[in-house]
Amino acid sequence: MSAIKEFTKGLYSQNPVFKQALGLCPTLAVSNSVQNGIGMGLAATFVLISSNVLVSLIRKAVPAKIRIPIYIVIIASFVTVVDLSMAGFFPGLHKALGIFVPLIVVNCIILGRAEAFAGKNSVGLSFLDGLGMGLGFTMALLILGTIRELLGNGSFFGIPVAGASFEPMLIMILPPGAFLTIGFVMAFFKWLENRKASHA
Amino acid sequence: MEIRMLFIISISAIFINNFIFSRFLGLCPYIGVSKQLDSAVGMGAAVVFVMTLASTVTWLVYTYLLLPAQTNLFYHLFSLKEPPDLTFLKTIAFILVIASLVQFVEMVIQKVSPALYKSLGIYLPLITTNCAILGVTLLNIDENYRFIEAIVNGFAAGVGFTLALFLMAGIREKLDLADVPKAMQGIPIAFITAGLMAIAFLGFSGLKLGM
Repeated sequence: MSAIKEFTKGLYSQNPVFKQALGLCPTLAVSNSVQNGIGMGLAATFVLISSNVLVSLIRKAVPAKIRIPIYIVIIASFVTVVDLSMAGFFPGLHKALGIFVPLIVVNCIILGRAEAFAGKNSVGLSFLDGLGMGLGFTMALLILGTIRELLGNGSFFGIPVAGASFEPMLIMILPPGAFLTIGFVMAFFKWLENRKASHA
Repeated sequence: MEIRMLFIISISAIFINNFIFSRFLGLCPYIGVSKQLDSAVGMGAAVVFVMTLASTVTWLVYTYLLLPAQTNLFYHLFSLKEPPDLTFLKTIAFILVIASLVQFVEMVIQKVSPALYKSLGIYLPLITTNCAILGVTLLNIDENYRFIEAIVNGFAAGVGFTLALFLMAGIREKLDLADVPKAMQGIPIAFITAGLMAIAFLGFSGLKLGM
């Protein structure tokens, strides 16, 4: 039961982007299209799971004082793996995400989970935690990417869906659109929460 | 020509490609530390300082330790047959350099100026995982900047970040007194405000600076 909870908490109740406001930079920067969002989400999920599992495996051998540098080196190694594989297999995506692929290293979600969860829990639970948080992050990117791509480009996943009479709102795929979209989406989630609290 | 180039780099880093409003780097401290003007100034100063220093050191590390060229130090030190290509270590090397640099700066400031440490100290550890720092060092490499250009870019990017943080803190202090809908309070309204400011900054992208 608790294992399922560790997995699902990342999806909604502790969603890293909407509830904890972590990992904001990549979220805003690459959510201008659904495709970029999913690519970034899956790359971060891979790093998150791998680093969670490894940190959990060595948690008893790591001296508490130097744990942060060790975590950072572990994360940076996995990010390098992702960076080079993506450049080899998906050069187009790698180019679109640009500097944000190496910047997964400083994504606070990953170091945050290593410090707050994987360093204290078993390998299995850490794996589930990483998977849940990673998918929660991907979902957030998907929501933002969908809104921004639909309104700003009239398409979904690169396929035009809005019809010829639709005038794309260019601002949505430009930087200001990212701030406005995440602001309104976060407000929506907060509104849901407030409503639930007042009904209960 | 050189001065002109440096001027162009600074103006683009501060206004046109502002780290917050157009590159989306350093958003966590931007939202987290922009509640009061005092702390915004402290954080901004710490970022300018560390960014300039990090740009300097990572540029040297990349050029003399990682890049496969005649100047590679390992090539001379171990008399290798050809210069080794260590550029794939870029991410790991840079984050380590930044982390140790921040720690070092913290110790030096604590020793030299306790007063400065008191005002900057709490922001320094936060900076290690600030993506703006790693971002500016990686951009320096991607843009093929020369040594001086990299330092100026690091400094100007920090100034741009501080400008954004300062403006935002000024607005948020006033926002505290405003009647904001309940669901919008806190982070959501900060993002909407940032979005409106980003629209203003978008105007700078019309500037044409002859390269």
